[in-house]
Amino acid sequence: MSEAAAIHAVVEPQESPLTPESWGKLGMWLFLAGDAMSFGCLIVGYGILRHASANWPVPKDVLGINLTAFMTFLLIVSSVTMVLSLSAIQKHDMARFKKFLGLTILGGLIFLGCQAYEWTHLITERLPEVGLSFSTHLFATTFFILTGFHGMHVTGGVIYNSCVLAAVTRGRYEAKHVEIAGLYWHFVDLVWILIFTFVYLL
Amino acid sequence: MAETTHPEPNYIGVFWWLLILTILEIAVVYTPIAKMVIAVMLVTLAVTKAALVAMYFMHLRFERRTLALVALSPFVLCVFLILMLTPDIFPH
Repeated sequence: MSEAAAIHAVVEPQESPLTPESWGKLGMWLFLAGDAMSFGCLIVGYGILRHASANWPVPKDVLGINLTAFMTFLLIVSSVTMVLSLSAIQKHDMARFKKFLGLTILGGLIFLGCQAYEWTHLITERLPEVGLSFSTHLFATTFFILTGFHGMHVTGGVIYNSCVLAAVTRGRYEAKHVEIAGLYWHFVDLVWILIFTFVYLL
Repeated sequence: MAETTHPEPNYIGVFWWLLILTILEIAVVYTPIAKMVIAVMLVTLAVTKAALVAMYFMHLRFERRTLALVALSPFVLCVFLILMLTPDIFPH
């Protein structure tokens, strides 16, 4: 073996230093850390605009929290079905895996449906009624940017999970790929927990 | 490829905790106490829920310590961002 090849073997470790089981997991964690910074900036920006504004409305009076509380519950449940599908594929129970990953995808779709309904209701009825339309108040701007950015993540997650389900069915993906997809899905759930608190409840 | 070596957490138990904390959050919002107290309670509850999801669903509890640093780095940067923006938040 040439010296160059030996050095090459040294500088490129076979095993991921932080996640010994797979490199993909480390990749996903790094992506999520970056993604969390994007969400963090949006939430901090929202907080500062709200703090600086003299006439910020009480969010829960404008938005209502019944539907959102249900959406929060839905995402938490879909996170649980995601870990149950991972647990099933680790035990090589493919029928159970497909059932629970399918339910996770369904949960994401219902969440998106609820959000579409909520947005339509807010844009066409509620916000003009209380004088908080997109063009008149930063409340609407920050609300739609934050929930929209999150909604796009849910959309991405539904597509991602569907691809994973298809790839496992064809035998191209295994448990470790499901775990990585799970990390993304739980992150989306985690961010929603924070958005629910900061944007709707506070 | 190494299979997961850690014991499987009680996922359903975590689910019940998340549910209870969510109900608690909604109850807190409607409790007639000082706004500041409500805010502190809500943030505490939200951070607890987020930590539960990260620790058990994302298995952070069973990973190497250094990975937790990667996961925590965005929060540190957010605090830094707020500090950098303080002149704008509290103008003289």
